[in-house]
Amino acid sequence: MTAVLEISGLKTHFFTHAGVVKAVDGVDFTVSKGEVMGLVGESGSGKSITGFSILGLIDQPGRIVEGSIKFNGSEIANVSEEELKKLRGNRISMIFQDPMMTLNPVLRVDTQMIEAIRAHENVSKQTAWERSRDALGLVGIPSPEERLQAYPHQLSGGMRQRVAIATAFLNKPDLIIADEPTTALDVTIQAQIIHEAQKLTKQTGTAMIWITHDLAVVAGLADRISVMYAGRIVEQGGIDDVIDRPLHPYTVGRLGSVPTANRRGQRLFQIEGMTPNMLALPEGCAFGPRCQARKAACNAQPPIEDVEGRRLRCFNPQRVAEVTS
Amino acid sequence: MTEPIVEIRGVSKRFTKRLDVAGKIAQKLGASVREETVHAVDNVSLNIQKGEVLGLVGESGCGKSTLGRVVAGIHAASDGQMFYKGKDVRGLRGADRRAATLAIQMIFQDPFASLNPRMRVEDIIGEAPRMHGIVSAAEAPDYVDDVMRKVGLDPSLKRRYAHQFSGGQRQRIGIARALAVKPKFLVCDEAIAALDVSIQSQVINLFMDLREELGLTYLFISHDLSVVEHIADRVAIMYLGRIVEMASAEEIFSDPRHPYTKALLAEAPRLDQRRRQFEPIVGEIPSPLDPPPGCTFHPRCPAATADCRKIVPNLKAGRAGRETACLLEHVKTV
Repeated sequence: MTAVLEISGLKTHFFTHAGVVKAVDGVDFTVSKGEVMGLVGESGSGKSITGFSILGLIDQPGRIVEGSIKFNGSEIANVSEEELKKLRGNRISMIFQDPMMTLNPVLRVDTQMIEAIRAHENVSKQTAWERSRDALGLVGIPSPEERLQAYPHQLSGGMRQRVAIATAFLNKPDLIIADEPTTALDVTIQAQIIHEAQKLTKQTGTAMIWITHDLAVVAGLADRISVMYAGRIVEQGGIDDVIDRPLHPYTVGRLGSVPTANRRGQRLFQIEGMTPNMLALPEGCAFGPRCQARKAACNAQPPIEDVEGRRLRCFNPQRVAEVTS
Repeated sequence: MTEPIVEIRGVSKRFTKRLDVAGKIAQKLGASVREETVHAVDNVSLNIQKGEVLGLVGESGCGKSTLGRVVAGIHAASDGQMFYKGKDVRGLRGADRRAATLAIQMIFQDPFASLNPRMRVEDIIGEAPRMHGIVSAAEAPDYVDDVMRKVGLDPSLKRRYAHQFSGGQRQRIGIARALAVKPKFLVCDEAIAALDVSIQSQVINLFMDLREELGLTYLFISHDLSVVEHIADRVAIMYLGRIVEMASAEEIFSDPRHPYTKALLAEAPRLDQRRRQFEPIVGEIPSPLDPPPGCTFHPRCPAATADCRKIVPNLKAGRAGRETACLLEHVKTV
């Protein structure tokens, strides 16, 4: 499979008055054509900043300090704004948690969608309008002609997110970065949105990075998964390997803390302590202070290595039989 | 069967947007403006036994929070009755009334908005029990320490303000505040929804420990099916202001009867399903300002018949003795 995106050694730091926040600190992964990669972590783990870094959306005081982001073979980390504009919304699209971040509240849906097409392609307004209409139809919006004339506030949350997804797919991008796109939505609407995204990636061969904190969503959707903790990937591999046979104590703990049918009424596994303060990370493994399998070696930073068919950053992997069953 | 600790009968809650002056004039002049009424909760009856956890599940806008607030006494019901230990709450006076009010406490979703930022934790927790004479001013400090330990907070932090705590700790403060007046019954409204996942499991475990330790009863409101499946004994499913199905957690999750329950269960993501094909039900929740006639779920229901568009189904025992509000379930199988 051809790699659409290759990230190696990515470091995005924020230089604040209180100190340097190493929001992303050495992230590597590749995404191939047609593949869905789940990027999972808690708030503050750096998953969204990784996504923003790819599109060059990091503002002051943050910047990419190290590493390379190769998109279809060419370097896009720290390239000029002009170069990035050619990619954004065209070859790489982003879907945000809040669709109002994508949609302009004072413009009609058709204005925005037509603009997104004509910014990258020299086509007539009529053609662009027709393509917008078809795109809305594809994401399951009833009577798309009418919806094109609506303003974003006239649509429900689920409808807005559909419009955002339709807009993201307009130029048939090679890569879509979806940042918690269903977190604000209800279960039945979430299922509809995932369904549309799934269908479109299959039809167009678009690669997708699905950023979320919800392991269950990723389990049902992704081909591969990267688990992030405190700015680093701690475990990465095929979805079945990582979900069924997790090795990193954080992954093990996270899976154990999800309520499932056969744990009904029992105590859930709980990861002790709090999510770390990114300004004062502990020496060595960042998960160390919360880890039950901690040993002396963990006072040093563990390297990421190939272990049992996956990438793992841990000195003391846990082998727990069938966490999810 | 023991006596239910809380029972509500035929409770409705309506919110009406009154016409302003301009609207009234426009109406006089013949414009088609009128008062808009939202039926947030529509004729709901349920009871909760002592020591039980009743899970209340629904999507946003279905009225589950409003129902929780009616039960907790924050909203007065527009219609219907509420009983605490068999007595009509509205008929209670004096000490009885206070006892009933204190016995039902609420825990809110947002641990950032529900704590007064200008009060120290010791006052947030200690104010109510002092006011109500549960502890004397002299005993209050020790009492606050006690309650804080119970919810897993370090009492040495009690001089701090709420903003100096993390989200999970703040939710514990909210729980401590509720527990400080020695309630019998807690209404938890999306109490863990705002927390990070690894913190969620800590708070779920805390709820379960407290239930055992203090013999608490819960109305646990959530949109998260897996959490409710984990913690609840019985589950009520709500859709557009009405309860559409109610049964033991076991029955709901292994054999859902109402088409809406089936859809909810089918679409909730699960860890054990991989690369699944999501096949969602169509449509969205209709506006509660203008609910569809008949069964409110019929526009989205795959099994809807002509009758479903006309007849409003009530929650009653149907097939297999299961309580649903679905005409198809009510059909007698002779």
